[in-house]
Amino acid sequence: MFDNFVVPNLLPAAPEIFLAVMALAILMIDLLVKDSRRTVTFALTQLTLVGCAAIQFFTSTGDVTYTFSNMFVDDLMSDLLKLFLYMTVVIVMFYSRGYIIDRESMNKGEYYVLALFATLGMMVMISANHFLTIYIGLELLSLSLYAMVAMNRDSVLSTEAAMKYFVLGALASGLLLYGMSMIYGATGTLEITGIAERLNDGGVNKSVLVFGLVFLVGGLAFKLGVVPFHMWIPDVYQGAPTSVTLFIGSAPKLAAFAIVMRLLVNGLITMAADWQAMLVILSVLSMAIGNLAAIAQTNLKRMLAYSAISHMGFMLLGIVTGVVGGDPRYALNAYSASMFYVVAYVLMSAGTFGMILLMARAGFEAEEIDDFKGLNKRSPWFAGIMLMLMFSMAGVPFFIGFFAKFSVLQAVIAAGYTWLALVAVLFSLIGTFYYLRVVKVMYFDAPADDTPLVTPLDMRILVSANGLAVAFLGIFPQAIMSLCAYALLRSL
Amino acid sequence: MSNYPLLSLAIWIPILAGLVVLATGGDRNAPLARIFSLVGAVAAFLITLPLWAGFDVANGGMQFVELSSWIPRFHINYHLGVDGISMLFVILNAFITIIVVAAGWEVIQNKVAQYNAAFLIMSGLMNGIFTSLDGVLFYVFFEASLIPLYLIIGVWGGPKRVYAAFKFFLYTLFGSLLFLLALMYLFFQSGGSFSILEWHKLPIALGPQIWLFLAFLIAFAVKVPMWPVHTWLPDAHVEAPTGGSIVLAAIALKLGAYGFLRFSLPILPDASHELSGLVLGLSLVAIIYISFVALVQEDMKKLVAYSSIAHMGFVTLGFFMFSAMGIEGALVQMVSHGFVSGAMFFCIGVMYDRVHSRQIADYGGVVNTMPKFAALFMLFSMANAGLPATSGFVGEFMVILGAVKFNFWVAFGAATSMVVGAAYTLWMYKRVIFGDVANHHVAELSDINLREFAILGVLAIATLWMGLHPQPFTEVMHASVNDLLRHVAISKIQ
Repeated sequence: MFDNFVVPNLLPAAPEIFLAVMALAILMIDLLVKDSRRTVTFALTQLTLVGCAAIQFFTSTGDVTYTFSNMFVDDLMSDLLKLFLYMTVVIVMFYSRGYIIDRESMNKGEYYVLALFATLGMMVMISANHFLTIYIGLELLSLSLYAMVAMNRDSVLSTEAAMKYFVLGALASGLLLYGMSMIYGATGTLEITGIAERLNDGGVNKSVLVFGLVFLVGGLAFKLGVVPFHMWIPDVYQGAPTSVTLFIGSAPKLAAFAIVMRLLVNGLITMAADWQAMLVILSVLSMAIGNLAAIAQTNLKRMLAYSAISHMGFMLLGIVTGVVGGDPRYALNAYSASMFYVVAYVLMSAGTFGMILLMARAGFEAEEIDDFKGLNKRSPWFAGIMLMLMFSMAGVPFFIGFFAKFSVLQAVIAAGYTWLALVAVLFSLIGTFYYLRVVKVMYFDAPADDTPLVTPLDMRILVSANGLAVAFLGIFPQAIMSLCAYALLRSL
Repeated sequence: MSNYPLLSLAIWIPILAGLVVLATGGDRNAPLARIFSLVGAVAAFLITLPLWAGFDVANGGMQFVELSSWIPRFHINYHLGVDGISMLFVILNAFITIIVVAAGWEVIQNKVAQYNAAFLIMSGLMNGIFTSLDGVLFYVFFEASLIPLYLIIGVWGGPKRVYAAFKFFLYTLFGSLLFLLALMYLFFQSGGSFSILEWHKLPIALGPQIWLFLAFLIAFAVKVPMWPVHTWLPDAHVEAPTGGSIVLAAIALKLGAYGFLRFSLPILPDASHELSGLVLGLSLVAIIYISFVALVQEDMKKLVAYSSIAHMGFVTLGFFMFSAMGIEGALVQMVSHGFVSGAMFFCIGVMYDRVHSRQIADYGGVVNTMPKFAALFMLFSMANAGLPATSGFVGEFMVILGAVKFNFWVAFGAATSMVVGAAYTLWMYKRVIFGDVANHHVAELSDINLREFAILGVLAIATLWMGLHPQPFTEVMHASVNDLLRHVAISKIQ
């Protein structure tokens, strides 16, 4: 009966398998752990992620390997993105710990296990070479996140955010599936590399394809959180417990970048002219609405949500400018610029939410911009860290955000889209205003609250390291830039 | 001496000193912070002196060059060097930093470490701007220097400081973002190089030259500032603490003008010629119109701020006549303005510290209670008005001489402002210093102490030295200005 069954090559998926096994094990072990000893679960989670990173690092061959009947791909891009992913999740878990300990209903083993499953989902997305794999990864991520948003059961706001996220997320998954089915109808395959081949051979019904593409891009745009599919972002960012917002606002951006690359670049590159036109609109709208709406916010989490929208819009510019008139000369440069942008953004975003978590105490969320009033009086060091993060987000040198914007802008100019670069620059200027306002509140205003910051040492060290990394990588961005470029060179 | 990376030291010593000062922490350690800052500033100044001593005046090219790769992926280099144009500003900047630290010695009692650190770090960043020979390196310093000044205005400034800080930051950022795009365009035009010196040789068609010129113009015009994008300056000046005003006037305003010489003229000679009328026109408006605006000011700081704009008008006017006389005159004017406006703002700060008002109407008869101060203030007012034997005269005179050769009416327009300039400065001086003692505040004034006297004395010596014997200054810039003019004379259109 199993004569035809060939054991697939499991090695490329070794980190995923390890993580899945460990997540299940941790779920069991946690049943035996008392609430007061939740550190065990935490430590196991972190060890699992470090283990994943080690496996990832040592099994990486640098070649493009397909497995599970071409449903799964392991290339250098996925290796690198996953390594960044583990790093981000480790940081996120560290940041979250104090926050959830202070909040009774969240200090459960499920928090860590859900985070691990979400990570697994993202890993699957990053390595997907098949529509179904993408969908499975995406759903695993989304379902875990819905639950995490709702974990603070007593909070009306969180519950509402979770509902909103769930309903809209389901809708977006529907859009994505519908798009996929159209493309399947046109090309007769669900495999991403297979689709690229069919399209190259020609003879595919273009109108069905474009129709499918529209839905596909819509679904992706929702997951990325770009305008006009951004409505969930502010509500979820604001409503979710801050530690979960931190999670949503960082790691999934890496996975979203990966599926954009897989679907649009690996799969539908011959349709570049069509999806580029769509992405230009999404990108310009995101930068406009993201930056303008952020100005009006008084809630820091909500402001960062709009800022995330504008950052994702900016990141898309790199993807837009990869292919010019069918000429892929600039592709590597442009895509690696986008990848660097995502990595830089994740680092900044993690740091900023880390700062909010650092300020938060039991019963106090520190999520209003005014909660940062006079921080320079209370703690000059952390005001300095937040200052660096804000200027980095605004794209002012010497911080990593500047070189992220720089690399994307040079890709845009290389492709000859000077007007797009101008638009991007003008909206970043507008965006600078609200980052400056946070700095203003910290430095120019008197503190409303004189209580010294009470934060565990590990949190202090980690947030500081995060902020300093933003500065350090802003002075020495070369390593990560070339890593991104090299990974894409070996993967495209 | 040139074995040492002098320019890197000139950039990084103040920045490191700033970080050390920051590390002294809260105001409990304020005396320590002050001493560290002074030591850092003096060390940073001393390190720039070998630049002058070891400078080869016959060489118009770059000296003390340092070159190493920074971001190979985009061919961005850590490329430093000075020529006769930039060398003086590095020294001026280091010098002014000492003045600023000394000026805030007693006045600043709040967040002393942060205050001094901001100035030291800014000083290092500004040296970076003057010495960068790589477009991105220049830009990075150019924009990073906004952060300390934003904080200085916002934290230690006057009542409307928040508005002024935001206006300052966003205005200048707007200019520099367009500049960034222009740099990227040049990067691709030159086949992947951010080297400013290579851009000097790069042929560019007239159309792109015009666009690039306009992008540069906006960036530098905001920084200079030229009319009509000057409105941020009076706000920033009025709200900034004394030290902030000194640095703003003495150094920050020079950045834009310096940008014209380093970027616009040599990289885009044809567009510079083509659009010189525009720049000359804007400069004349700044000189004449802004001088009249200065005349009606009631706030002393605002008056000096407007006079700065008028003086910087002379600078841009001098540049765009494309003659050695004009450019050297403009450079002398820039250095001189560094001393004079710095001193003027310090004088106003001295009065403000005692009376807490900058309104001219609140003063009168100050000479009765502060005779030493009145004498020194007189000297700087004269220099500001361009009286012969002060440094203010040399630059303006050279620019006007250059203008006479260029076009009589331009010279006429520029020369009228010497009259108006004398009018607004001396009228202000008369109302503040002479006359009867206006009120009990003035009656209770105490004359300047040793620290203030030393600061003003040093500045007075510099002003007089430059006014009586400007040759050491012009000699340094001569070869580089000639080189620059050769670049500007050759068309790049092929």
